Amino acid sequence: MPNTAILALEDGTVYQGRAYGARIVRTGEVVFNTSLTGYQEVFTDPSYTGQIVVLTNPQIGNYGTNAGDDEATTPYIEGLVVREWAESPSNWRSDASAEQFLSRNNVPVISEMDTRALVRKLRMGGVMQGALSTAGHTPEELIAMARNAPSMAGLDLATRVSTKDRYEWTAPVEPCCPTDIVHVAEPGTYHVVAYDFGIKRNILRCLASIGARVTVVPAGTTSAEVLALNPDGVFLSNGPGDPEPLEFQAAQVRGLVGKTPVFGICLGHQIIGLALGGKTFKLKFGHRGINHPVLNYRTNKVEITVQNHGFCVDPDSLNANEIELTHINLNDQTLEGLRHRSHPVFCVQYHPEAAPGPHDSQYLFDDFAAMMKEFKK
Amino acid sequence: MPRRNDIHRILIIGSGPIVIGQACEFDYSGTQACKALRADGYQVILMNSNPATIMTDPDLADATYIEPLTVEYAEEVIRKERPDALLSTVGGQTGLNLSVELAERGVLEKYGVELIGAKIDSIKKAEDRLLFKDAMRKIGLQTPLSRLLQSVDDGLEFAQKIGYPMILRPSFTMGGSGGGIAYNREDLVNIVERGLDLSPVHEVLAEESVLGWKEYELEVMRDLADNAIIVCSIENFDPMGVHTGDSITVAPAQTLTDREYQMMRDAALACLREIGVDTGGSNVQFAINPDDGRMVVVEMNPRVSRSSALASKATGFPIAKIAAKLAVGYRLDEIKNDITRATPACFEPTIDYVVVKIPRWQFEKFPGSDNTLTTQMKSVGEVMAIGRTFRQALNKGIRGLETGKSSTAEALDPQLIPQKLITPNPDRLAYVRFAFEQGYTVEDVFEMTKIDPWFLRQINDGITYEHELAGKALGDVTLLEMRRAKRDGLSDVRLGRMWKTDALTVRARRKELGVTAVFNRVDTCAAEFESFTPYLYSSYESECEAAPTDRKKVMILGSGPNRIGQGLEFDYCCCHASFALQEFGVESIMVNCNPETVSTDYDTSDRLYFEPLTLEEVLNIYDREKPDGVIVQFGGQTPLNLALPLKRAGVPIIGTDPDNIDLAEDRKLFGKVLEELQIPAPPYGTATSMEEAITVARRLGYPVLVRPSYVLGGRAMVIAYDEETVRRYMQEATLFSPDRPVLIDRFLEDAIEVDVDALCDLDDVLIGGIMEHIEEAGIHSGDSSCVLPPQTIPERELATIRTYTERLARALSVIGLMNVQYAIKDGEVFVLEVNPRASRTAPYVSKATGVRLPRIAVGLMLGKKLKELTHLTGGLYEGVLPVKQVCVKSPVFPFAKFQGVDPALGPEMRSTGEVMGVGENFGEAFGKAQLSAGVPLPTDGTIFFSINDHHKADAVALAKKFAELGFELTATRGTAAAFKAAGLKVRTVFKVNEGRPNAVDLIKEGQMKLVIYTTTGAHSFADERAIRRSAVMWRVPCITTMSGAKAAAQAMESRLRDPLRVWSLQEIHGED
Repeated sequence: MPNTAILALEDGTVYQGRAYGARIVRTGEVVFNTSLTGYQEVFTDPSYTGQIVVLTNPQIGNYGTNAGDDEATTPYIEGLVVREWAESPSNWRSDASAEQFLSRNNVPVISEMDTRALVRKLRMGGVMQGALSTAGHTPEELIAMARNAPSMAGLDLATRVSTKDRYEWTAPVEPCCPTDIVHVAEPGTYHVVAYDFGIKRNILRCLASIGARVTVVPAGTTSAEVLALNPDGVFLSNGPGDPEPLEFQAAQVRGLVGKTPVFGICLGHQIIGLALGGKTFKLKFGHRGINHPVLNYRTNKVEITVQNHGFCVDPDSLNANEIELTHINLNDQTLEGLRHRSHPVFCVQYHPEAAPGPHDSQYLFDDFAAMMKEFKK
Repeated sequence: MPRRNDIHRILIIGSGPIVIGQACEFDYSGTQACKALRADGYQVILMNSNPATIMTDPDLADATYIEPLTVEYAEEVIRKERPDALLSTVGGQTGLNLSVELAERGVLEKYGVELIGAKIDSIKKAEDRLLFKDAMRKIGLQTPLSRLLQSVDDGLEFAQKIGYPMILRPSFTMGGSGGGIAYNREDLVNIVERGLDLSPVHEVLAEESVLGWKEYELEVMRDLADNAIIVCSIENFDPMGVHTGDSITVAPAQTLTDREYQMMRDAALACLREIGVDTGGSNVQFAINPDDGRMVVVEMNPRVSRSSALASKATGFPIAKIAAKLAVGYRLDEIKNDITRATPACFEPTIDYVVVKIPRWQFEKFPGSDNTLTTQMKSVGEVMAIGRTFRQALNKGIRGLETGKSSTAEALDPQLIPQKLITPNPDRLAYVRFAFEQGYTVEDVFEMTKIDPWFLRQINDGITYEHELAGKALGDVTLLEMRRAKRDGLSDVRLGRMWKTDALTVRARRKELGVTAVFNRVDTCAAEFESFTPYLYSSYESECEAAPTDRKKVMILGSGPNRIGQGLEFDYCCCHASFALQEFGVESIMVNCNPETVSTDYDTSDRLYFEPLTLEEVLNIYDREKPDGVIVQFGGQTPLNLALPLKRAGVPIIGTDPDNIDLAEDRKLFGKVLEELQIPAPPYGTATSMEEAITVARRLGYPVLVRPSYVLGGRAMVIAYDEETVRRYMQEATLFSPDRPVLIDRFLEDAIEVDVDALCDLDDVLIGGIMEHIEEAGIHSGDSSCVLPPQTIPERELATIRTYTERLARALSVIGLMNVQYAIKDGEVFVLEVNPRASRTAPYVSKATGVRLPRIAVGLMLGKKLKELTHLTGGLYEGVLPVKQVCVKSPVFPFAKFQGVDPALGPEMRSTGEVMGVGENFGEAFGKAQLSAGVPLPTDGTIFFSINDHHKADAVALAKKFAELGFELTATRGTAAAFKAAGLKVRTVFKVNEGRPNAVDLIKEGQMKLVIYTTTGAHSFADERAIRRSAVMWRVPCITTMSGAKAAAQAMESRLRDPLRVWSLQEIHGED
């Protein structure tokens, strides 16, 4: 097996590093994530579908992987770019090394990369398509692959990663060790129907923790089908790709507004934005990390939030008489949350379910519970 | 929530002298706070007893008081200055304790001063271990099982319940002072007894052992709107059981899953909220059981700390500065991130490198001390290194320590491996490496050390790679191999040793291969946003972000980790060098690796390189920056050691020529210079063997002073009164400097020692100060008190000193600062030592005279003349700077931290810090200095004397004076007889070896308020030591020299006579 890995970008830049993980070639949009913890959650977040992820934390793999931290049944990243890769783990929770985990899930890793230089390039030049090979491809082949890889814009990836079948979820957040404190409400208090556009498990766990029985439905489910399930509320999940092509989903949301409480996260937020007449646009290099300050206009407090998005809802495209802007990103003033002024609909661009990241925004699940309770009356 | 407009004048209390557990980090935090508050239009009143600090520079506050940090003096400052608020959280434990006392004694209420930063209830909840435990229980967090002990019996009873080992911590002591781990009954009795005594509230907390658990710290900030962030996570390489200050620590945390980290984050924020720290920075420490993840809260500090200084340097997030702004009402999101400029300070920094901090110990200075590392901090300094990987940072850190040891373990003993791994000690890291070299596995080493296997594997992998490389010849090394070696942090010196060549050859070869250092930025955000601050570290990555300017620029080499003899004083000089360069319109580039300091604040210089001070690293920076000059004379011995090699490598050193600096250190050459100048020096000789040393000593006549050629803080220096001592010295001395001869001087007994700091260009010499030492010659100059202006030296001798100083400056072509040490014996002036560079006393002289010597020195180095800089010197360009008040500098010693060590002073420097006392007369200034140094002289009670025959006549006169002042006298038999003969009333007590109750018993009982015990000669009897030791342990001032005793008498007289009064530096120097 070759020891050398090559990452090529569509602009012709070629990086050489050491190969780990699966011996394979993959293409995708090259994006970076600045989290210091939670690489396993990043690997398994379906929102990373179609993306090769650069982690800015230089030491990756240190604590291995464990089944409890999976955000989906398998990793979704196309490839991984790191500065240094730890082959063997050190943590009592670990049940497999990160190396075993990615190898058996066909994800290639390029290590000993100057990740900082690559991040600086992406920051200045914007995200690019890339091809990562641990299987002995030549730089020329990889540049060609990178150039032929489909652009993220206009791509409906949500439907691709969504569940094919409806299923139920009732497992709440579990403590990770004897001193972990988790709060779990009375189970079965609410029935939530959750649209799966690439949903993270921790969203399901958080919904279960507020007492919800969750029915997860495919991305193609109609609003009528959803309402027929008699939900106390509807949830719209995170997911990969460009929101613009998701016209069907936006239409279903329009069919739900006013009829049941609606809560959306990330792609779910963008779909709600589109449904309410807004527009979305693509960010130069996206927000991916767990340290983004977001101001909640309603409480005038700042939350440190988890972010993973390349697209944004344009606040100027929304009707201010109908829509209240509730949250804003303090780094670049982009829109982070909104709610409908007259109907029980609210959503955030960031990830209150964390995993990985701070728990500052978990109150949003409680807000959703309160909204459902109110609506029931 | 914008700034508060209802307060205008804010008092900041500093942390006092540098001691173990409280060092430059509080100069850094205090300086940041002063700057931030003044920038916002507040008036700042600053109080600190430490003249070596940058914060006590009159520029940084509206009124600066170098006064004792006691309630009485603080009240006087408050009465005079009438501040609206007191910021309690930036002056370490000392500042916090004094703030609490001021509040509790009603002083703050009396003068209407509001405590800002942390409220009194919060401080108590955080500091009182029982209240803290209750608070944690209330929010569902666990703490180790514990009980508060008020007696040894309490401890024995608790031990029956939880068993040993047991962790013991006295309440309210700094740096864990007096704490320890009891493994058995005997340990428990010893530690509890001592701890009860050291604790101001006479309590010791006993705790369940979490030894071997993983240890973490989170640096937390919160504003008045309850926005809270974690600035940095720190993981200790050394597991629980070793004080964090004595642990190698790593940022960010490396071995926690996100779930575990977020649990810790939630706990830290909950803790901050429950304790009620409204604003500012705090740190919370956690322990995690590596087997099941059980987490306990260990403690929290409701103030900025050593760790917050480290976290600030590690992330680029200036905690103290922001804490000060939060304390006056700002919200986190109203403050901009200086580095990115575009984003707010309300975020959590993320980093794309690894930071390693390594402590530096100096047990060799304290023979007889126990070098086991426990919960009481013993290190005197630390170094921080930044690398793209843990291995790179660790190796950079090791060489930044300048211990003279390489990271390899050649001199280690395989027999000692288990012991050195199991019991934490300063050599443990070296033994971990050594164990791997000897074939131990990661599992073996983990079993013995409980150091996380991830760290151990990193070290082991590094060693494996080194072995792979060691088999090669330099010519065969490929680019990839070379780059990997450098990326692992291996130095050219080390590679040279591996490949049997020298460092410069390796350097040349790797440059040929294209393996050169680049510089990355510390930017708080892992490159997500553009950085506007050139805060840099070296790496072997693919692109360089240094972006040097084409301005005129000068690079300043700092002083590295604090150690005894080289600390804050040199950081003061380096910072002033930087400020001066900026004033002269020159770009300043700072190089240093000490995370505690102001010099490593990215705000201090135009550009900051956080790098070890080695030839390799400095040349790397030089290659990239190409500065017009490099300053080596401000950082103590560290940059001086690099001066000649840098000069040879073509680096332009500005100021005094390195060859002349070297000349002053070379005894033979310098002896010739002195002869030519007709300046007397004590007769001397050099020796490279024992026989030679004995011959020289005989020729000179005993006593002799024996020392190595290059000395720092008098390291390894002794006064020998007999051949036996010389013999023993020569046996041990070879360990220190095999290549350099030992110097032997005739020792001038009972001489008065004098230190002179002077500014020199090639035309003029301006003397900053002639400092008269209070202790006789023979005590290291850093360990003796001294006074400005001189008090007892006749004008004739002062004139001689001025003349000699001018001659020496001209002869050595000094440009910048020079320090000369003189001894005056029987009216004759001798030169002891000349250092053509900034000295330890430069800040003290600057504070006493109001003239900032290093700033002017920089002007001279840039080619200006003293005559052109008279606007900075009060109009003088020659002669001696005037001193308007009497200023006494006194040393501060760490003896209380080292049980069993004899506190007698000698030629080996052992003080960690200094204080200054200001007065209208000598007695007042000396009394204040002693009070600040933690040696409060009594105003009544009994004084104990034991005086050798030589001094009996003097002692009688002194005793008379004490009797007149109302003190009672007690003395050992011989001394008592002399007192009685002079008609004095005196009680006789036994010496220790004579019977009981003896002097030690009386000290322990608290019957003695002051001990005057003079010794001369080589003898150091057990009982003398016992008396001095017990005086230290029972906190009774103990004076061991007659001159010190006379000074004390004057101080005590002044205390009884003069009113309690304080002066700000601005008042004294008539700041315009």
